[in-house]
Amino acid sequence: MSLDAATVRRIAKLARIRVDDAEVETLQGELNAILGYVEQLGEVNVDGIEPLSGGAQMALRSRPDVLTDGGFAEKILANAPDRVGEFFAVPKVVE
Amino acid sequence: MSIFELTIAGAAKALAAGSVSAVELVTAYNGAVAELNPRLNAYITVTPELALEQAKAADARIAAGDATPLTGIPLAIKDLFCTEGVRTTAASKILEPFIPQYESTVSGKLKAAGAVMLGKANLDEFAMGSSNATSGYGPVENPWKRAGSDARLVPGGSSGGSAAAVAARMALGATGTDTGGSIRQPAAFTGLAGIKPTYGRCSRYGIIAFASSLDQAGPMARNVEDCALLLNAMAGFDTKDSTSADRVVPDFAAAVERGVKGLRIGIPAEYRMDGTNPEIVALWEKGIEWLKDAGAEIVDISLPHTKYGLAVYYIVAPAEASSNLARYDGVRFGARVDGVDLIDMYERTRAAGFGAEVKRRIMIGTYVLSHGYYDAYYLKAQKVRNLILRDFTDVFAKVDAILTPTAPSAAFGLGEKMDDPVTMYLNDVFTVPASLAGVPAMSVPAGLSAEGLPLGLQVIGRHFDEETVFAVSAAIEKAAGFTPLPELRAK
Repeated sequence: MSLDAATVRRIAKLARIRVDDAEVETLQGELNAILGYVEQLGEVNVDGIEPLSGGAQMALRSRPDVLTDGGFAEKILANAPDRVGEFFAVPKVVE
Repeated sequence: MSIFELTIAGAAKALAAGSVSAVELVTAYNGAVAELNPRLNAYITVTPELALEQAKAADARIAAGDATPLTGIPLAIKDLFCTEGVRTTAASKILEPFIPQYESTVSGKLKAAGAVMLGKANLDEFAMGSSNATSGYGPVENPWKRAGSDARLVPGGSSGGSAAAVAARMALGATGTDTGGSIRQPAAFTGLAGIKPTYGRCSRYGIIAFASSLDQAGPMARNVEDCALLLNAMAGFDTKDSTSADRVVPDFAAAVERGVKGLRIGIPAEYRMDGTNPEIVALWEKGIEWLKDAGAEIVDISLPHTKYGLAVYYIVAPAEASSNLARYDGVRFGARVDGVDLIDMYERTRAAGFGAEVKRRIMIGTYVLSHGYYDAYYLKAQKVRNLILRDFTDVFAKVDAILTPTAPSAAFGLGEKMDDPVTMYLNDVFTVPASLAGVPAMSVPAGLSAEGLPLGLQVIGRHFDEETVFAVSAAIEKAAGFTPLPELRAK
């Protein structure tokens, strides 16, 4: 399985990373090297094996679905690149 | 004796006896940072005034008889831990303007114990790397040199700044994080001890996420005992991390003295890989002899899926990273690059803010999670991950700990192994399996290479049995009697 340039562009689009034409070529080579390396998993028989999603030797805890925190809008907005009042500001989305 | 000769345990005794004050100790370390950091680049941000303030508070606490073993001890905090009011970058340009409004649980626990923060240690960008070469704030130089050579070497990664800082005596200890070897490999490259505890032992709250099912904080220090003292303060249950383990934290420092008499130590055949450096194999053989001499029983074991660890890791970790790093979009925090519309803003912000290795991993992760490829890559990797866990579970029915080398080589030169990403990834071949299984693992300095560079051995234990890991590591430390120091250090 080898990625072509169009697939590299599509992945970049999905990942929301702008890439120029020169970068596509470099990325194509590097991503194919990594995918080539992981191909070896194909030889492992995993019939009847459950997927393991995490390293925790425990079941996840549940808690009551109630508010336990809040009331610090200023702290949350303190690092905003742009803000208007108590809101994050972004470029216009709707015409 | 120079103040820099004191270990954490030694400094704690001197502080308690009043033969040195926290202000004296921290002033000396602030001076070491000012002198050596321009050369080694171990810190991204230094906080000497804050450190001095904390030292004064520590002296007051010691005088009041309210000290812990870490009160007044100057530490480097990896710049992946959010520190309230102190810039935290994850070594990424995308977080250059980020000042956390809250403290990570682990750095907060160290603060509460009275430890002093000298600054924020450099790392590979978002902890993705094995050489510290991917930092957006320049590479870190290893204070160690090959005998008769002045070539600059890497300190390993991702916790390379933490490692260089402690090795050059610009800190008494440091926090690191380990996702696939990021504490253990740099510890081995710089002649330090470092432990990745069991997954869930230290809270991940406030640690900038890379791969959440693997990330785990741990200490790096000059010796095993100092690591135990640091981990005593760092570990513990936290409701703010859903995978934090609700378990009692034992006294790790007490376990250091236990010895290994009667313990069964497993030697996995699969870590004897083709082409492994003969020096590394010879050191491993020595380690086996040391443990035998100390009264342990050596058992040959098999971890049959070891060779697939790296391939699993380089699917699982990028997949989780691509999801975790989706938050850096220029909207709520971090750097922003304006665009013609919202999508253009996201794409320009992320293109400018992320370095090449981070982009590669996000793209691999995006691909293996994408429609049509999820089962072939991600699901398959998760199943093989389960087989790797089973390997360890089976073996730990027969042995108490496992001994392996930490890394396949000693520290390499800045700029080496950069030809293709897979060459760099091979550094993690011995450390990744324990990360995937979530078991604790420690690197302990055990000898020098023919070129005069430190080499480490790795001790792997059962889930939540860091105590045995400390006991075995301390036995190796004692037998190895590793005393060499890098020439480039505070004296």
